[in-house]
Amino acid sequence: MFRRTEPTDCTISWEGRDIPARAGESLAVTLLAAGVTAFRQTPVTGTERGPLCLMGACFDCLVELDGQQNVQACLAPVRPGMVAAMQRGARHFHQSEDAA
Amino acid sequence: MSEVDILVLGAGPAGMAAATEARARGFSVLVLDENARPGGQVHRAVEARTVKDGQDRDGAKLAAAFRASGADYRPDATLWAVEPGGKVFWSEGGAARSISAKRLILCAGATERPVPIPGWTLPGVMTVGAAQIALKTAGMVPEGKAWIAGQGPLLWLYANQVVARGGTVQGVIDLSPPGGLARAAWHLPNALRAPEYLVKGLAWQQRIRNAGIPIRRATRLVAEGDGRLERIVIDGWSRPADLLLLHDGVVPNTQVTRAIPGCAHEWDAGQRCWRPTLDEWGNTTVEGVLVAGDSGGIGGAKVAALAGRLAAMEAARALGRLTVDQRNAEAGRTRLEWKRQRAPRRFLDALFPPLPEAAIEDSTIICRCEEVTAGRLRGAVALGCLGANQTKAFTRAGMGPCQGRICGPAVHGVIAAARGVDPAGVDPFRTRFPTKPLTLGELAALAS
Repeated sequence: MFRRTEPTDCTISWEGRDIPARAGESLAVTLLAAGVTAFRQTPVTGTERGPLCLMGACFDCLVELDGQQNVQACLAPVRPGMVAAMQRGARHFHQSEDAA
Repeated sequence: MSEVDILVLGAGPAGMAAATEARARGFSVLVLDENARPGGQVHRAVEARTVKDGQDRDGAKLAAAFRASGADYRPDATLWAVEPGGKVFWSEGGAARSISAKRLILCAGATERPVPIPGWTLPGVMTVGAAQIALKTAGMVPEGKAWIAGQGPLLWLYANQVVARGGTVQGVIDLSPPGGLARAAWHLPNALRAPEYLVKGLAWQQRIRNAGIPIRRATRLVAEGDGRLERIVIDGWSRPADLLLLHDGVVPNTQVTRAIPGCAHEWDAGQRCWRPTLDEWGNTTVEGVLVAGDSGGIGGAKVAALAGRLAAMEAARALGRLTVDQRNAEAGRTRLEWKRQRAPRRFLDALFPPLPEAAIEDSTIICRCEEVTAGRLRGAVALGCLGANQTKAFTRAGMGPCQGRICGPAVHGVIAAARGVDPAGVDPFRTRFPTKPLTLGELAALAS
């Protein structure tokens, strides 16, 4: 797939596992460099998707980032330790929010 | 701040040049850009990279002048509405803001034309432009079971950049119809007014061959895999693949201009795309709204920077800083160079015509967000839909989060081909503000 030619300097969490990253690059690029291609499941049929354009146009790189849903991973700069997960279907209420 | 003289949308070559020129003429300038750093797509991350070629040099120079210009530059800012009279709304840092501008210079750039082949929604299929962004911002190069397919100048440029950085691909699959040079030959004399484009293009293809990367012509390409890309089928020949990079040229990003009431657009038959109707200074048909760069018609980075400068001079005229004669005199050399840099465009358009939408198979997804196939669009046409706004209601094509940004050109082309009419007579998607998704939380910030 892809190979990095420049060093990483931090890690982020993706679906519970640590992934090497470089602060300031986009989250989408970090994930692709680690071999992750499935970023979300579509609201229509639940099939997995990954980024198409990396420039903010396609919305196929949507993820859940630090608790916020439907974040475009290609426009989200990496901060060390950020916690990201797949966007599964449409934006939805979490259990805790339902209870609140 | 509730008012500004000139608001520039986009910090690519056109936006940076427009803002710099406007500041030099004493105007207050606000620049909104969705990215973290100036440069746009073509000069992305140019400040952080070592300068490697003439294009990088141009970008670095533009960015340095822009940074020093004193323009109020807002990165990570997404414009989502323009009201009549010049009131502009955008989101920045999770909060919506607004300002009134006496003149708007919209420099929204281009997006890649979609390449709807069977399986293009599989994870692992991306655009060449996307891979180039990964290269420019994070030094990532393809390796292993990676392929490039499609056609157009950017494809060859990217393949060269990959080779230069020590990456490689299994092959370049050229999907352009044969006979390109014969079609384009008519425009060659004009193109030779700026021969550097042609010289560069020929060198690109040669360097790919020298690097031992096979170049293969094909007419049908399919991406396959269970949940993600595993192989591609090139005219019936199956090869393992985990990365497929597609490209079919670029089209103007007209998402914002199409949403502005009264802003006329026209079909560009040469480039097969819609663009705003502009005069030679970049004025749209709406008073106070100008467009510069690729979002007004594809011309490339050099043309964009020159157009940005011309638009700023025109804004200076409109706001009373320059008389018509002064504007014309000061724009003289910029205008001449703008004309020269545009000279090869007809040749390039003829050499790299977009892939025909009529050839897209019925089962292929066109609208990725709503998962609408070409067959469903054709079914809607059979029921009497004449344009893209009617097929929306029948199929939801173009109604997902990307708001038709990706599928727009393909939906339009499929409808025109299915109806058997000139694409100029088929309505494109109407866009509406907010042109980017907006949360209620962001919107609420306007009240405080």
